[in-house]
Amino acid sequence: MFDTLQDRLQSAFKNLRGKGRLSEADIDAVAREIRVALLDADVAVSVVRDFIARIKERALGAEVSQSLNPAQQVIKIVNDELIQILGGETRRIRYAKNGPTVIMLAGLQGAGKTTLAGKLGLWLKEQGKSPMLVAADLQRPNAVTQLQVVGEQAGVTVYAPQPGNGVGDPVQVATAGLAEARRTLHDVVVVDTAGRLGIDAELMQQAADIRAAVDPDEVLFVIDAMIGQDAVVTAEAFLEGVDFTGVVLTKLDGDARGGAALSVRSITGRPIMFASTGEKLTDFDAFHPDRMAGRILDMGDMLTLIEQAEKAFDAEQAAKDAEKLMGGSFTLDDFLKQMEAISKMGSMSKIMGLIPGMGQYKEQIENFDDREVDKIKAIILSMTPAERDNPKIIDGSRRARISKGSGTQVKDVNGLVDRFFDARKMMQQMAKGGGMPGMPGMPGLPGAGKRAGAKQKPQQKKKGKRVSGNPAKRAAAASGTAPKDEGANAFGFPAQGDQPFELPKELKDLM
Amino acid sequence: MTTTALIIVIAAAVVLLGGGAALVLTRSRRQLPPAPQTRQIDRADEAGEPTLISPDPEVPAEPGPAVDEPSAVGTLERPEAPQGRLVRLRARLAKSQGSLGRGLLSVLGRSTLDDAAWEEIEDTLLAADMGVTATDELVSNLRTTLRVEGITDPDQAKAALRAELVRLVDPTLDRTLTSTGTDGKPGVVLVVGVNGTGKTTTVGRLARVLVADDKTVVLGAADTFRAAAADQLQTWGERVGVPTVRGPEGGDPASVGFESVQRGIADGVDVVLVDTAGRLHTKSGLMDELGKVKRVIEKQAPVTEVLLVIDATTGQNGLTQARVFGEVVDVTGIVLTKLDGTAKGGIVIAVQRELGVPVKYVGLGEGADDLAPFDADEFVDALLS
Repeated sequence: MFDTLQDRLQSAFKNLRGKGRLSEADIDAVAREIRVALLDADVAVSVVRDFIARIKERALGAEVSQSLNPAQQVIKIVNDELIQILGGETRRIRYAKNGPTVIMLAGLQGAGKTTLAGKLGLWLKEQGKSPMLVAADLQRPNAVTQLQVVGEQAGVTVYAPQPGNGVGDPVQVATAGLAEARRTLHDVVVVDTAGRLGIDAELMQQAADIRAAVDPDEVLFVIDAMIGQDAVVTAEAFLEGVDFTGVVLTKLDGDARGGAALSVRSITGRPIMFASTGEKLTDFDAFHPDRMAGRILDMGDMLTLIEQAEKAFDAEQAAKDAEKLMGGSFTLDDFLKQMEAISKMGSMSKIMGLIPGMGQYKEQIENFDDREVDKIKAIILSMTPAERDNPKIIDGSRRARISKGSGTQVKDVNGLVDRFFDARKMMQQMAKGGGMPGMPGMPGLPGAGKRAGAKQKPQQKKKGKRVSGNPAKRAAAASGTAPKDEGANAFGFPAQGDQPFELPKELKDLM
Repeated sequence: MTTTALIIVIAAAVVLLGGGAALVLTRSRRQLPPAPQTRQIDRADEAGEPTLISPDPEVPAEPGPAVDEPSAVGTLERPEAPQGRLVRLRARLAKSQGSLGRGLLSVLGRSTLDDAAWEEIEDTLLAADMGVTATDELVSNLRTTLRVEGITDPDQAKAALRAELVRLVDPTLDRTLTSTGTDGKPGVVLVVGVNGTGKTTTVGRLARVLVADDKTVVLGAADTFRAAAADQLQTWGERVGVPTVRGPEGGDPASVGFESVQRGIADGVDVVLVDTAGRLHTKSGLMDELGKVKRVIEKQAPVTEVLLVIDATTGQNGLTQARVFGEVVDVTGIVLTKLDGTAKGGIVIAVQRELGVPVKYVGLGEGADDLAPFDADEFVDALLS
């Protein structure tokens, strides 16, 4: 997760530092790194080849900027190019002018068509439409039942005249479904078809027949974000078979990097219209090309983090705590609450991984044991409310009691209390500093716009420098030679302006 | 000061407090994109208490796992013996994977192997989802072999390539299904995987393989989450006269697993096959649930085999899947499904290479008996034929 393109490029550019300009040789040197990154993200080989060629051309072109270091510059170009390809023309569903709009779903087995039908049904309903789902997957055992259940959950009508399990003619069901929708005045018909392989001529013909019979306004090709190199072949087969008009990417809630999106988009030219990001019927959203680009490049996904956070956090409570934090009256109790909310989001190391720029600390983060969280919790829970409110009162005998109560050593309690004060100080600084960490070298973040771009550039340059010094620093930190008092100095970091600041490495020595 | 900022600050603080990672944080814009509507992260939350407090399995609180006896014994299908299946597998593989083999051989057959030719070989292997690391290794080994032995003859080059591929697939691994339990208890096979890879279908087909081997089987429908998953499994079971133990939809999968093994012991069957709900390996709550299913089952009888089902179309993410599932339930074998498409399933080479977990079965086609034991030599021969 942490072995990002950025890290790799930065190491590839180690010798080029300070050059500030890209030569042909430089670009060739990193082309392979980009290639590996894209292949690891499952972008199809042929697409990678074309893509690299374009990148080389662009990187050599007039856009060379002196304000970014070479690695950032290449990443910016790659990222921009990705967004451009993925985004292209994004468009909404085309609704029919007269009569019901017909949306047909097609894809491989297990891509998530039936589930998607339910999600689409719910989404359409929320858009003020009156959708009807048609169960034309008569192949898979109990697919019809599944659609009925899903439809019921979504509160959408399901038309299922045939029991399925290999019985019945899907073309006929689709046609009858359309007629039924006309009769019952539903304005959108979603036809769920059976999963099929691109090379299965018979079933592809059947899909083409369904398409011909219902004349859909949209044919959505449903594809799993985890799919590998086969995405191209499959997409081509479906394009030929059913001539899909849009693509839906499913299972984006996993950690697959979803290079298939790029492959399908560049091979077929059809837009990616929706993304499905979970098992709930509401986990369905429009497709965000910028996020996808970051994901393919494995650049840390700030927006996903934010979304997850929004889900896990009680906003009011968080706002209150934020205020407390600013005022310096943040207690262990508040900390415990927030920590619990965070642990709902997944493992701590994963969350840290989502924060861009953390790649350099991947070792520390990977070594972070999530059980530490439990330990911290146990210690805090073994304190009295008064102690939690004001940890300063924790004296020797209290420490002994707390350690006994939580099954830890006295030094663990000591450490936690000390670190809490340090951390509180740090959090206060960060809070005053104005907010969330952003990411130089992640230019695609929406909302960044041009306004932020101007400000960011000098910052990015700094980052490069900072990173350069880092391995040495890290080594020093690891060997434990760094004097402790430096930590105290480092705490007084300035929090003004656009200065990026660094948490003192010594902080971890304290632990 | 936004909520998000706080969250990040706290996350950072937790890591600091716990493990001591040094952090670099930079300032940035204040405007955050609009918050999406609130969603719950995983369904473990939704299931709430019932999933956490395991009810006494002997007295189920809800309607309780009902066992569906096969209806009419006379109409049972007679599954095809697994021995005959390899032939069909070969024929199919030859059809779907021929392009890989042909591509490679036409390159190797050239009189000189220049850099462009090697790149082509590399691309061909990459296109089979073999992954960058495995491909690099294979190509560099092959290059060395050809140079050291001075091979220029296409046939010899082909043999060298085959040897390399076989070495990567490693035929020495034990690929038999551990389906016999100890102490007279049934063997317990737990089938796991991400969503939509074909777990239920695999369980159904595996039941047929075992029935064809004259073993008695009980199916456990521990997929209580997906709509109609238990029905799907039951349909499979009924076709070959195998009873299915199922629980209420949305119920605790661990209790269904427990019940089915209990039933298996009571009936004295040979194998209990437990189907689980598809889950993405990134959902920690669901992975914990899976760990619990296994733990609870093991109160009855040890789980003899954990099969991870991987879809042949899966790309490099398959490796992460195998790793995470391996950590949670100690995967002992892999079933590679949907190999009949154009997908090459090269990811299993990477998985096996990294984690040492062998592929045990290969699933292809729509037919009920389209599951065959995996054979490394056959697999590679099919790649090259």
